[in-house]
Amino acid sequence: MVKRLVVGAHYGLRDWLAQRITAAIMAAYTLLALGVVLTHQPITYAVWKDLFARGWMRGATLLFIVSLAWHAWVGARDILMDYVKPDGLRLALQVFAILLLAGYLVWGAQILFR
Amino acid sequence: MASASAKKIRPKYLSLPAILFQIRLPAPGLVSILHRISGALLVLPFAAWALYLLDTSLRSESGFEAIRSYFQLPLVKLGMLLFIWAYCHHFCAGIRYLFLDIDVGIELRPARISSFAVLLVSLALTAILGAKLW
Repeated sequence: MVKRLVVGAHYGLRDWLAQRITAAIMAAYTLLALGVVLTHQPITYAVWKDLFARGWMRGATLLFIVSLAWHAWVGARDILMDYVKPDGLRLALQVFAILLLAGYLVWGAQILFR
Repeated sequence: MASASAKKIRPKYLSLPAILFQIRLPAPGLVSILHRISGALLVLPFAAWALYLLDTSLRSESGFEAIRSYFQLPLVKLGMLLFIWAYCHHFCAGIRYLFLDIDVGIELRPARISSFAVLLVSLALTAILGAKLW
């Protein structure tokens, strides 16, 4: 155990916890989506469209996408911190990851609520 | 014990073949690196692909049918198989890590067994879901 002087910065506990909570949300959604798809066979366009017209499905899917963006940001940051040592390149890739995940979020919301 | 205490050359740099073929990664290590690789693949390209598929399939009936015929292409099926494996592996390994976080299964034997289970279960799930796709 490393003894650290607490000076007000955060040490990653929040990210660590957020990664676990968002993982649990996505796992629950995965089982829900699998159950929904299996109980609505065969999936035709009408069934598919009707499914994503429902409020709970839209809400759950949006929650999934928000969780994904947050979870993936923590993961991307971990990977980039471990493998990309030049500061400038790492910063550029982190910005790219943020923009990509924000893009997914906006795209997902547009698909669900158009 | 003179030889054991002899100063080793540090840091030791390894060539890529040495990393790939000489060092035998234990099963928990394999699960770990595959968790990272599958996670990276899920972010890019698979999340983008999934959004594209959802977008097109919900946009119109012709879009939905286009996706349906798109799924008949062998390359698309192959990509989907990799997507399914990455998802299943990341899912199973993630659940293992949640248990490890609360100190369940951290002894050597259960940790080895659970890592083999993750590798096998995710491959089995990929086979089952892949069979449905075909």
